[in-house]
Order: sequence, then C-alpha cells, then structure tokens
Amino acid sequence: MTEPASWPDLRVRILRTSLSVGVATGAYGLSFGALATAADLTVAQTCALSVLLFSGGSQFALVGVLGGGDSALSGSASAVLLGTRNMLYGARLAPLLRQSGIRRLVGAQLVIDESTAVALASESHGERAGRLGFWATGLAVFVLWNLATLVGAIAGQAIGDPRDLGLDAAVPAAFLALLAPRLRGRPVWLTALLGAAVAVAMVPVVPAGVPVLVAAMVAVVAGLTRRVEAP
Amino acid sequence: MTWTAILVSAAGCYLLKLIGLSVPQRLLEHPVAARVAGVLPVALLAALAAVQTFTDGTRLVVDARLAGVAAAVVTLLLRAPFLVVVAAAAATAALVRLAA
Repeated sequence: MTEPASWPDLRVRILRTSLSVGVATGAYGLSFGALATAADLTVAQTCALSVLLFSGGSQFALVGVLGGGDSALSGSASAVLLGTRNMLYGARLAPLLRQSGIRRLVGAQLVIDESTAVALASESHGERAGRLGFWATGLAVFVLWNLATLVGAIAGQAIGDPRDLGLDAAVPAAFLALLAPRLRGRPVWLTALLGAAVAVAMVPVVPAGVPVLVAAMVAVVAGLTRRVEAP
Repeated sequence: MTWTAILVSAAGCYLLKLIGLSVPQRLLEHPVAARVAGVLPVALLAALAAVQTFTDGTRLVVDARLAGVAAAVVTLLLRAPFLVVVAAAAATAALVRLAA
C-alpha cells in the first residue's frame, strides 16, 4: 500500500486486506470453540465469550485457566491483564476514529490487534482509509470469529486444525505485510527490530499478551528520546 | 462460577477498550504523545509479527511458521500484493508441515 490510488481502488484494496485478515484470524475461532468445550464450558458459555469478550488472547487465557482447574478469579485477572493492550490501541485510534455516543460504544468492542493493525496501516492514505480499515477488519473478524467459535464448539475435536492449512503463518505474515510499507529509514527499522526483539525476549518471562505491551513501551521511549519521523 | 468469570472478564476487557477510545483529545495532541503515536504502529506491528512467528503460549518455538513468514518476506521484497503475501505464507507453512 504505497503508491497513490483513487478512492474506489483504495477501498477495494482495504476491504480485501480486511477480509483476508478476518479469514485468517477468524479460523482460529474453530480452535477456540473446540478448546473451550474440551475445557468443560457449555456451547452457550463458549459463544458468549466470543461475543462479549472478543479478544482472542484473553479468551484463550481464561479458558486455559478454567480448564486447568485454577480459580475462576485468577482466570478473569489474566484475561483482563491481557486486555490492557486494547486500551493502548483505543487511545491510539481515538483521534482517527473520533467517535462519540453509540458508535464509540460499538466501536470499542472492535478494538483488537487486527483492526488496529489494519487501521494504522491504512491511515497513511488518509483518515477515511484508516477508519474503513478499522471498521471493515473489526466487523470481518467479529463475524467470522463468532461463526467459527460456534462451529468449533459444536463440532469439537472432529474438525481439523487450522495449522494444517498454514493459517498460523498467515497471521504473522499479514502483520508483516502491514508493517513493510512503513520501513523507511534507520530510526524506523531500529524501532521495529527493537520492538520485535523485546517482545520475543519477554515471551518466556511474562504472561501471553504482555510482550506486545512491553514492545509498545519501546515505542514510547523512542518517541520520548529521539525525533522519529512519523511514517 | 464459570458464568461469573466470563461476565467479569468481558466487562473488564470492554471497559479497557472504551477507556482507551475515550482518552481526551487534548492529551493526545501533546507533541510527545503525537511523536509516540507516530512510532507506536511500527513497534506494535513488528512485535505482533515476531510473537506470532516464534511463540506458542509462553514458549519460544521454531516451526513451519518461520518458513511461511520467510516466504512472506520474499513476496514482500518482490512487491507482491497483500493477498499473495498472506497466501504464500500459509501455503509454505502447510507444505512444510505436510513434508515433515
């Protein structure tokens, strides 16, 4: 997404991106549905999580703790801890989305990794493009994630693993494709490499989801200490 | 008990999202905040890509995903469109798993 384009072209491109991110991410709803029912949640409870919580990392964490027999309260605590990065995403998205009232209440539920990633990547083509990226990706992931959760919860272990289709590689590839156009100049490269390195280094040390939050701190420090051109 | 955990988690996570979206604009217009906001997507996207490539829960792993992501890098260097990049990654990882 580098060369200038007319709005209809741009719109098609953003919608296509949103849909492919939605498919790759949504497919994981199958795993989630199967895993949650295997951890003794009912189909209704499993689907309620995907509709109401709607944040993959937090959902897997909660189900993992409930299935492991630990206290439900500690499950909620880790789910909410993982959700803190969505707060950061929300603050970054707020000036782009400029929502109020009911749109903000609905939009808030769609603030997740994927919608933020596509919104921020599309933003370089203008606010309209950024907003479209947010809503299209958020809604695509929401619909597909919830449908897949239901199927996974009912079909359980009978369905195949999304990994057999390589979908677990499609997700990081999508993030990389969104990042690539921004990688111009040494400070930006440094921020990217540092963010990636710090996040990976934190993985064995802190609960899942937190590494990305720590990587965001790298950006904060970079923003405070040096003048990096906003790409 | 399970329902309580579900509802508490959902309410907590939703509130965090809403609080984020409701941060006063004045605060975000501060030059430091604007600079941070400019760098943030780069650090976040890089971190998300790296974490999704190399980790399984809280473990570091190297598996077929790395081959898939390498294929994505090649297609990106060839300036392929988004869909091709993602499809190349998925196909490569699937083939590597099939071969293994």
